[in-house]
Amino acid sequence: MSDHDHGHRHDHKESGHHPEAPSEVEARTLALESLLLEKGLVTSEEIDKIIDAYEHDIGPMIGARVVARAWSDDGYRARLLVDGTAAVRELGFDHPANTELRVLENRPGVHNMVVCTLCSCYPWAVLGLPPVWYKSAPYRSRAVSEPRAVLAEFGVGLTPGVAVNVWDSSSDLRYMVLPERPEGTEGWSEEQLATIVTRDCMIGVGIPQLPSKSPAGTVS
Amino acid sequence: MNGVHDMGGMHGFGAVQPEPDEPVFHARWEGRVRALMERTVARHYNLDEFRHAIEKMAPQEYLRATYYEKWLHAVETLLIEKGVISEAELSGRMPPSPTMAAPLELGPRPPLVARFKPGDRVLTRTMHPRGHTRLARYARGKRGVIRTVNGPFLLPDTNAHGTGRDWEACYAVEFTPRELWGDDAEPQLEEMDRICIDLWESYLAPRREEREDA
Repeated sequence: MSDHDHGHRHDHKESGHHPEAPSEVEARTLALESLLLEKGLVTSEEIDKIIDAYEHDIGPMIGARVVARAWSDDGYRARLLVDGTAAVRELGFDHPANTELRVLENRPGVHNMVVCTLCSCYPWAVLGLPPVWYKSAPYRSRAVSEPRAVLAEFGVGLTPGVAVNVWDSSSDLRYMVLPERPEGTEGWSEEQLATIVTRDCMIGVGIPQLPSKSPAGTVS
Repeated sequence: MNGVHDMGGMHGFGAVQPEPDEPVFHARWEGRVRALMERTVARHYNLDEFRHAIEKMAPQEYLRATYYEKWLHAVETLLIEKGVISEAELSGRMPPSPTMAAPLELGPRPPLVARFKPGDRVLTRTMHPRGHTRLARYARGKRGVIRTVNGPFLLPDTNAHGTGRDWEACYAVEFTPRELWGDDAEPQLEEMDRICIDLWESYLAPRREEREDA
């Protein structure tokens, strides 16, 4: 596992007010938090609640539920493609008001993938917080100039004749990919379908895979 | 600004390295930084100011810092700049005093007024602003076609600097790989591939030449 982008560095020299050692960062975080607490601008409960939500409630399982519903219900699929934000809320999930969810439909001949070259815009309301690789220089620099090479590294082999559409997410739109429903899932329940929809599939760097043993019969 | 954050098309960063079983946060402080940002953004500073505060980091520092180190830097910087906290308070040299800074006022969003429609041919501006923009370098001076019409969204170029609240239509504009990368487009990149970029209306000019190029 690499620590290239999330820091376990042991340098002890400092550059201005950007300390390099994690303990310094932690100390700065604590200083900022306690100051904002003392000023009454935040509360510990709010902070704990936000962290808890990201660690337990907000994640790719939300997007997987959305995709599974779209695969099962053509009416929902149509609504999802027109207004992703409303369709996510329709299933009872929260979506922030300051961004709009736009769902990109993979279909025969078109494969979509999402990047933010300028920072790290990501549909976190449906996928949770982005993985480090999504925010990293290799992905941000290469997804727009050599998307097919990046897809190949992720093990996505496209059949000839499939166009790649890369979406550089630089505005208040948040893009999520609706993968194609794989062959062999006929008759599956939404719950079963959701199990094969991964985060990477919804970023567009993965394709839903059937488990080697069909889950049919193992999931009620 | 032409910063190192503007990474589209850069070379030399190597392979994408997914981390198996990656945790949501790699350390406890990361989650706390995220929460502190979420509780202060849109109250004491806006998201464009936040992004610009990160972009203004020295390039070598930007590349060295982890994601949440950048966030911490931006939250500290903005709260000090906005007078919400002072450096002396943050360093413990002075006891905390009540904050007088007024919270941001967010006006209503106006209806969408769009100059372009899907299929319109556009040329992106050539610009090198010292301030914030969301027109990436690799997409400047390029010929594209409007794919979808969205917004209005606040123009980041002014919103990041407090110089205006300019609601503009924003478009997903599609470009051919060849238009963006010329002969250096990925060798196997198919002619049918497209790069779609969200661009604000003032980044775009109409294009009327007859050549079929995008």
